[in-house]
Formats: sequence, structure tokens, C-alpha cells
Amino acid sequence: MIPNLADLAVQGAQMALVLAAAPLVTGLVRKVKARLMRRRGPPLLQIYRDLARLLRKEAVVADNASWLFRAVPFLVFAATWVAAALVPTFATGLTFSWSADLIAIVALLGSARFFLALAGMDVGTSFGGIGASREVMIATIAEPAFIMTVFTLALVAGSTQLSTVAAAMATGEVGLRVSLGLALIALVMVAVAENGRVPVDNPATHLELTMVHEAMVLEYSGRHLAMIELAASLKLTLYLSLVACVFVPWGLAGPGSGALAHLIGLAAWAGKLAVAAVLLGLFETSVAKMRVFRVPDFLGAALMLGLLATLLLFVSRSL
Amino acid sequence: MSATVAALLCPAALLCPAALLAIAALTVVANRGLGADRARWLVYGGAMLVCIAAFGVALVALISSARADGQAADMVLPLGLPGIGARFALDGLSAVFLAVVGLGGAAASLYGLGYGRHEHEPFRVLPFYPAFLAGMMLVPLAADAFTFLVSWEFMSLASWALVLAHHRVPENRRAATVYIVMAAGGTFALLFAFALLAGPAGGFAFAAMRAVPPDAVTAGVVLALALVGAGSKAGLVPLHVWLPLAHPAAPSHVSALMSGVMTKIAVYGFLRLVFDLAGPPAWWWGVPVLVAGGVTAAVGVLTALMQTDIKRLLACSTIENIGLIFAGLGLALAFAANGMAAAAALALTAALFHVVNHALFKSALFFGAGAVLTATGTRELDRLGGLIHRMPVTALAVLVACVAISALPPLNGFASEWLLFQAILLSPELPQWGLKLAVPAVGALLALSVALAAACFVRFYGIAFLGRPRSDEAATAREVDRFSLSAMLGLAGLCVLAGVLPGLVIDLLAPAAAGLVGAAMPPQGGLAWLSIVPIAESRSSYNGLLVLVFIAVSALGTAVVVHRLAGSAVRRAPAWDCGFPNADPATQYTASSFAQPIRRVFAGAIFMVRESVEMPPPGDLSPARFRLDLSDPIWERGYLGLAGLVGRMADFANRLQTLTIRQYLSLVFLSLVALLVVLAVWR
Amino acid sequence: MTGLGFDIAHLFAGGLVLVSLMLLYQDRLTAMIHVFAVQALVLTASVAWQAWVQDAPHLYVTAAIALVFKAIIIPVALSRMVARLGIQRGIETVVGVGPTMLAGIGLVALSMVVMLPVTATADPLAREDLAFALSVVLLGLLMMVTRRNAVSQVIGFMSLENGLILAAAGAKGMPLVVEISVAFSVLIAFIVIGIVIFRIRERFDTVDVGALDRFRGDRT
Repeated sequence: MIPNLADLAVQGAQMALVLAAAPLVTGLVRKVKARLMRRRGPPLLQIYRDLARLLRKEAVVADNASWLFRAVPFLVFAATWVAAALVPTFATGLTFSWSADLIAIVALLGSARFFLALAGMDVGTSFGGIGASREVMIATIAEPAFIMTVFTLALVAGSTQLSTVAAAMATGEVGLRVSLGLALIALVMVAVAENGRVPVDNPATHLELTMVHEAMVLEYSGRHLAMIELAASLKLTLYLSLVACVFVPWGLAGPGSGALAHLIGLAAWAGKLAVAAVLLGLFETSVAKMRVFRVPDFLGAALMLGLLATLLLFVSRSL
Repeated sequence: MSATVAALLCPAALLCPAALLAIAALTVVANRGLGADRARWLVYGGAMLVCIAAFGVALVALISSARADGQAADMVLPLGLPGIGARFALDGLSAVFLAVVGLGGAAASLYGLGYGRHEHEPFRVLPFYPAFLAGMMLVPLAADAFTFLVSWEFMSLASWALVLAHHRVPENRRAATVYIVMAAGGTFALLFAFALLAGPAGGFAFAAMRAVPPDAVTAGVVLALALVGAGSKAGLVPLHVWLPLAHPAAPSHVSALMSGVMTKIAVYGFLRLVFDLAGPPAWWWGVPVLVAGGVTAAVGVLTALMQTDIKRLLACSTIENIGLIFAGLGLALAFAANGMAAAAALALTAALFHVVNHALFKSALFFGAGAVLTATGTRELDRLGGLIHRMPVTALAVLVACVAISALPPLNGFASEWLLFQAILLSPELPQWGLKLAVPAVGALLALSVALAAACFVRFYGIAFLGRPRSDEAATAREVDRFSLSAMLGLAGLCVLAGVLPGLVIDLLAPAAAGLVGAAMPPQGGLAWLSIVPIAESRSSYNGLLVLVFIAVSALGTAVVVHRLAGSAVRRAPAWDCGFPNADPATQYTASSFAQPIRRVFAGAIFMVRESVEMPPPGDLSPARFRLDLSDPIWERGYLGLAGLVGRMADFANRLQTLTIRQYLSLVFLSLVALLVVLAVWR
Repeated sequence: MTGLGFDIAHLFAGGLVLVSLMLLYQDRLTAMIHVFAVQALVLTASVAWQAWVQDAPHLYVTAAIALVFKAIIIPVALSRMVARLGIQRGIETVVGVGPTMLAGIGLVALSMVVMLPVTATADPLAREDLAFALSVVLLGLLMMVTRRNAVSQVIGFMSLENGLILAAAGAKGMPLVVEISVAFSVLIAFIVIGIVIFRIRERFDTVDVGALDRFRGDRT
């Protein structure tokens, strides 16, 4: 467990990289959606400019906001960033991967959501309440669905450590399993819901009665809003990287491998993220947003799939 | 650890309840002559010192683990039934629960020093408070069935008196009645269980029961009776109905004790009966316990989400946590029955860890609720709001406790639930198909409950402490006294500590697990960076300390960088609210509107929800009204149905009292013949 | 059997269970008919793959029957029927989607608990096929019980029959004659039910089978 320098460098590079790449991923999804709707769309780097502008602006804080309101953006960002730092993106030999496993990553994202929902209620406006209330409703089904997916993966790989899971998935031992397919579908459904994408929520809407995430952060501005937007991008990147490292683990550099392997890993990661972003954009343009009270059915299906995946594990190669 | 110190531990532990009883007796004798102020100092100050001492003794016992084998010699005192005496012992399991009582009692007494000042009739609380604590300390120390049951009843009666402290409120009287009926029923079940274990020879000492394990059928019946007896005290669904009534009725520090500590004593009773005395478990024992745990967790948290009274909400959330604990115990039973000692130790440690954690954060939350009650005079969520401005310290302590109970890293609730999930992940190694498939299903139920708990406490904290005040009382609330604050902050600090250093707690719990399932989790104290590794490092590990450090460093670092590079200008302005800010606090989300989505998704069938909107006809200016009716089918159909049945039977029996002589004679004659027939068939 | 051969068979059989659950999730008639066609396709693939790995050529015939009748003819006929009758496209359920899905998962677990221990000595592929097949049968029954609409009851029945074919394929196939006769009897059942649906519709102006209850003699 004593970290050596090379591993520490990989860990640091990974933390910096996810942070740097996250807005680009969001930008790519937006671009793909725009092109599919035959719009030109904003340039890929627009989000960086938006963030820089938001950071420069003064923060307008509501009169009766408490200290919690001002602390939450940084807390949310930190929790998401720590969770993102633990997901192997291009290399599995992360120094601190043992400090938290997949369950802890789920719970870290849960912490971020908990505080964001509290911040939504802090100012005492009706929209903040709507957003927080709907967000926790979505989370109460999405989180167990995520946990069931984690169960499936952990039972297949014999570990909840993400590095070990990724390494186990990369070997041929695992084989084709219907459980893994179900877990993948469930995880994608959870990712769609947790990132507030269509059909669960629309990240671009400001129509009062349909928004969820945007309603919660309605009162934020300036640097606080920048941190929250950055955290949202980070979360999207985290989920895409998670799906990539578990279900398409090829190209990941193992611990202690050379510079070339790391370069290949980087290229593979970039490629996977790009493909995933395009697929997400494609998916989002091809479905319509559902009513809020259809969302529990959608996520309930994800939960059932996760549960079914764990059950079906017992009729695969273990027979 | 020398043998003499070890031998002194049990007498030292016994001195604590004795001292508490002495305080209680002194309060009764001196009564009003003492004056309310001095009596408060005597009771709460004395109780705090005694509880700290008890905690210290338990800690020493756990660290030395001298009595870890559970076969320690009993201490016999010439009390109770003549010729039998009262036996006491302090083994690993007792020490864990004695520590929980000590810790919870010390915090509650500290809180009581300040909170007790607002009591209108202090002498309805003061004498019973130390007696209640003494009862809770005696139960884990008892080493024979008689002493156990007497202490158990003593604890029930003392807490019943405390529930009745505010007896002028009719609701409280009803709560106390339901409570005493349920408690008596539970004790009755325990009495039967002990009678079965004692057998015809009448070996009432626990050591004698251990020596003669019961046969399979008897053991199964004992399990059922323990589930009913201890489960009704702990609040297992469907025996939970008294809990949301009785816990909030008592003064807040007593509520904290009842929810945080007394339910744990019930868990102790279950552990002692089923794990220790009922002999080696059969494989199916785990199933009812697991299912009861999972269902209890889900029903408890859903009930909590529907409450608008803060103390009731907290009491319902206790039911949820009891469900988590029992799920862990069921898992431990299943593993132990299949000879998987290490896995059983993991599940049992997870459950015990959650016992400790729940005692910490639930006490802190009840103290917070008491502080809110003192400051505003109301327990209704819909009359609160914005308290974070008026009561900053209380708000901080309650926030920490809320994060802990929502099982979010890096606090202690997450650590124990993480261990529980790790234990669930070992379930495929169980040989029985039923268990293999049931455990992941219960796991899904637990994951759902944990997520719902987070929603529940966002609602609790968001409505009570954030937003704008919904009433004048909330707008003019004042921060509470120093004693209350230090009790809350102390518990919040312990929540952080237990979350950051879970390895230490796990090591302390090892003697209890070793005594019950024959194995303990591998020692965690010596691991690098203070991680916890339940099975093997390649399988899973968690480090609360590093997670806390990472989050703190990256949050503070980002904040500093952003403020340096991008400026720190802040402008205060009216809330934006999409351009339509409304000055009326009534436009905020209320407690019931916050819960509405979850109510629609989960609770429609469970609580028989009826929502109706009354719209005035066009032209009529009266406001539209929204009505929400919730009812608990377990209460309406189960308990009231049972009560109705009893009533009808009583009516029938009543008719028997007005028969003619000839009818009486024929009744006697018929019973005689029936008995003879039975006799003939029997042979 | 090689690892990969087993994996693919497992994938198809598991896919069949998944599609059965998807059938339960649907709340539109047309979507349900499409999902049913997908189920038949998965069944075809599953049976064909088993024919190949078990080297049992007669299973190809079964696969072909499944493909032609269940994946093409019946869905097309049903779609036409729905179009011609102008039936409302929503499906009324007796129990909500959520509880039905939960019950479905429970049935899958139940069939595994029942099937796996009693077939402990059998070939892994047959064991798994039997467990999956029983799940599909039970899910089909569940669908017939929880849906009011006559068309969805037909689909439930057909999906139940798909489960039987899966079981037969896993157990090295039934004799060809039996299979063909089963296939034809199903077809005839389909035709009969189709006619009945037309008649119900003509008579009562709805395909809700609840409407029939009102005309039963024994309930006055």
C-alpha cells in the first residue's frame, strides 16, 4: 500500500485529466445533438469559455441563503472529483484505488446529491423545493439500481475494487453472460437518470415545470454555478469512464507498465469517451422526455434488471 | 491484563446500576425537599458520571477481552428468588452493549442538564430516569433468566413511566397504554422462550442452558419467540406500532435513550437468546430474520418519510435502522449455520457496528429535535424553517448526524452499511438455493431503504433548518444552552471519529463476535493508513480517513484557488426564483409536498393514501383545498382487527354468565365427556 | 461443450427471459406485438444455436417454424387485426406495471429455486434451459392473468408456448412429429382465438374480457 512515485504520477495525471476532459465530453454531446437536429451548435470548447466567464463574474447570493448554500458547490465538486479520481480511465494502477471501492463511489455521488438537494431548499423558493423533491425521488430508485449493478459486477469479479473488477473483466475468464448484459443496460439507464439526460430530465430546459436538476441549482450564479456545472460534467465523464472501464476494459494500462502502454491507454480512453458521447447524443435525440411520474417506471425497470442480473448469475458458468 | 483486574470488572460494572438505583432512591426520598434545580444536578450529573464509568469498564473489558470466551464464571449475589440468587456476568457481548448504554446515557445526561430545566413537572422525570438507565445496564449483565426478565421488565416499566411524564396530553396516555400492552406481550414471549430453554430440569442460569442445547423443534420455537419478544421491543414490523407513538411522547433526552439505546438492548436480548443460548443454528433460521429485517427497513423508512412531526419521524427512522441490524443478524445466522465463521463474524460485526452508530447519530438527532422543540415550542415540520440562521450550532450538529444516518461517506453510517453490503456479497457461497436467491433480494431492499433514508433526511433537514421560517416561533427561535450543545457536538464528533477510524471500532467489537460465532474479523488496527479490509485487500477495502482528507483537501483547495484566481465578490440580492419571488414563506415546499413524489411512487398501496382536491365552482372565491389521508393498514386491519376479535370473544364469554342452572350443568357434563374422549384417543 | 458455445446458448436463453419481462413492461399494444416478434426471433436464434452445438439437425426445423410462424405470420396478423378492429392501443392492466414486474422477478427466482436443485446431475446447458424455460412459461401465464385485453392474452399464451419450445430444445429436442403437431395446434389455437376476438368485438364493442363476465349466466 505504500505508494511509489510512478503510481502517484499516474494518479495525479488521472485526476487532472478527468477534470480537463470533462467539459469537452459535455461539449461533444451537445455538438452531436445539435448536428443531429441540423443545427450548427456551439463550438466544442464553448463550455470552457462559459466556465471561465462564470468564474470571473461576481456571485449573486440570495438574501436569506446560509453558509451551507455557499459551501455546497465546493463540496459537491470535491465529492464528485474524488469519486472520479477512483475510476480507472486509462490505467488500472491507481495509487489510492484501495481507499474506496465501487460501493463507496456510489455513496460519494450520493453525498454530492444530498448536499445539492439541501442547497436547493436553502433559499426557500418553490422551484428549489420542486427540484430537490424530484431529484431525491429519482435517486431513491436509481441508487439501489446502481447498487444491484455493483453487486452483479462484484460477484462476477469477486471484488468490489474497481481496478480488480476492470482487470477481471479484461480476461477471457468471464465469458459472455446475460447478467453482464443486464447490468450494462441497468447501468446505462442509471447513468441517464443520474446525469439528468433526456428522457429523464433535460439539461437544456428552463421550462419551470419540467426541470429537475436545473430547478435545484436555479439560485446559483457566478463561481458557484461554475463549480456545479463542472461537477455535472465530471459526473458525466465519470459514468462514461465507468461503463468503459468495466464493460470495454481493453487498452487499460496495467500497474507498472511502460510509457507506451499508458499512451495506448490514453488513446483508448479518448476513443471510448468519444464513442460513448456520440451514442449518448444519438440516444438523447431519438427519444422524447417522459413525464416525471413515468421516470419511476423507467428506473424501476433498471432496478429489476439489476436484481435479475444478480439472480441470473447463478445459472451461468457457475453451474 | 492481570487476572485480578479481569475479575474485578464484573463487580465494577454492577456498581454502576447500583449507584444509579441509589440516585433514584435518593430522589424519591428527598423528593421536593431537594428543590428542582439541585435534584436536576444530582440526577443528571450523577447519572453522567456513572455512565462514563460504565463505558470505561466496558471499554476495559473489550480491550482486555479477558472474558471473550463467554464462559466466564458468573457472579452470584443473594438477591431475587431465595435459593437461586441473581447471577451476573460480563462477557464480550455484554460489554459491547454496556458500552452503548454508557455512551448513550452519558450524552443524554449531559443534554438533560440543560434540557431538564424546561421541564414543567421535573419530579415526574427525575426519579425514573436513573432507574431506566439502571434497568438498561442490568439486562446485558444478567446471567440467568430470572434476573434478565426482571431487569427487562424494570427497564420497560421505568420507560413507561417516562412516556407518561407529560400525562396531561391525551395522545401520550394512549401511547403509554399501547406501549405497556406491547411490552407485556413481548416479555411474555421471552418468558416462554426462557422456560423452553430451561427445560424440565429448570436450569435458569445461562451457563446451564448453554450446557444443554435444545432439540431442533424447541430451538425453532425459541427463535420465533425471540423474534416476537425482542422484536416487539426493537420495533420489528409488524410489532412496531407502539414505537412511533411512545418514543416521541417522552422528554427528548429520554426519547434519545429509548430510540438509540433501549432498542439496542432488545437487539441484545435477541442475540443472547438466539446466538448464545439456543444452540447451533439451523440453515433456515436466517430466512425469517433476514426477511423481517428487510421488510422492517423498507416499511420503517417509508413511514418516516410520511411523518410531519419531527420526533415521530426520527422514531420511524429507528425502525428502519433496526431493520438493517436484523438483516445483518439474519445474514450472520445463515453463515454461522453453514460453518462459515469468518463470513458470520463479518455480518455480525456489521450489525453490531450499526448498533453503535445508530446509538450515536439517533441520539444526536433526538437532541436536535429537543433543541428545536425548546426553541420554537413545536414539533411540526410545517411550522419550522430557516433554523440554520437562528440556531447555527444545533444546525451543524444535526447536519452531521443527518449525513451519518443517510449512510454517506466518510461518516460512520456508511462504514457499517458498507460492511453489511460486503457481507451480502459473500452470499453466493451459501449452499442453500433459497438463501442464495433471498439474500440479494434483501440486499436490494436494503439498498432501497438506504436511498430512501437519504431522501428522508434531506426532507427533515431541508424543511426544518433551511429555507425561510414558516411561523413566528421559528423566526424568533434562540440557540439552546451550552449543555445541550456540547452533548450534540460531542455525539457529532463521535460520528465523524467512528466513520474515519472504523478499524478501531471493529477491533473493539471483536470479542463479542468471537464469543457468539466462534470467529472475529481480522484485526484492522495494524493496517497501513488505517484502512479497513474485511476479507482480503484484493476483494474490498475502504479508508474513511483518506476519503475525508481527499474531500476536505480538494474542497478547500478548489475554494482557495477559485477565490484567489477568480475573485471572491459576493452580492446579496433577493432570491431569483425564475423571476417571480414571492415573499410569503407559505410558497415554499412543505413537508408533505416534498414527500409527494415518493408517496406516489412507493406508498400508495402501503399506506392506503387518499388524496382529494376540493375545487370551488367557478365564480366562488373560496380557496381550493387539498386533503391527504394516510392510514397504516397494519394498525387498522391487524391490530384493530385483533382488538375487535378479542371484544367479540369477550361478548361471547359474557353470555356464558347468564345461563340457567340446567345449561351450566350440561356445559360441565359436556366438558367432562369431551375430556374423557380426549383421554381415550390420546392413549 | 466449449465455453463459448455454452456462453452463447446461455445468452440467448437468458435473452428470452429478458424479452418476456419486457413484454410485461409494455403498455402499448403495437409495442407489445413488436416485442413478441423479438421474442420469437430470440427463440429462433436460441434453438438454431442449440441445433448447431448439439448437432441435432431436426432442431433447425423447430427454429424455422418459430421464425416463420411466430416471428412473421402471427405478429403481422395481430398487427392487422389491431389495425382493422381499431382497438384502443393502450393496455389496461389489472395490476400496475411495477408490482407485475416484481412478481415476474419473483417467478424467475422461484423457477430457479425449483429447477436447479432437482436437476443437479444433468448437463449444465439443459439445467439452465429448463430453469429459463420454466421462467418464460410462468411469465407468460402471469401476463395472461394480469392483462385485461384479449390480444395481450393471446400474446401471453404464445410466449408461454415459446418457453415450452425452449425447454424441448434444451432437452435435446422432442421428436419432430410432436413438435410439428404442437406448432400446428398453436396455430389453430391462434386462429380460433382470433375468431373469438372478432366475435367479442362485434358483440360487445370492446376486447376487454371483463365485458364477458357481465353476460355469464351464473352471476346475476
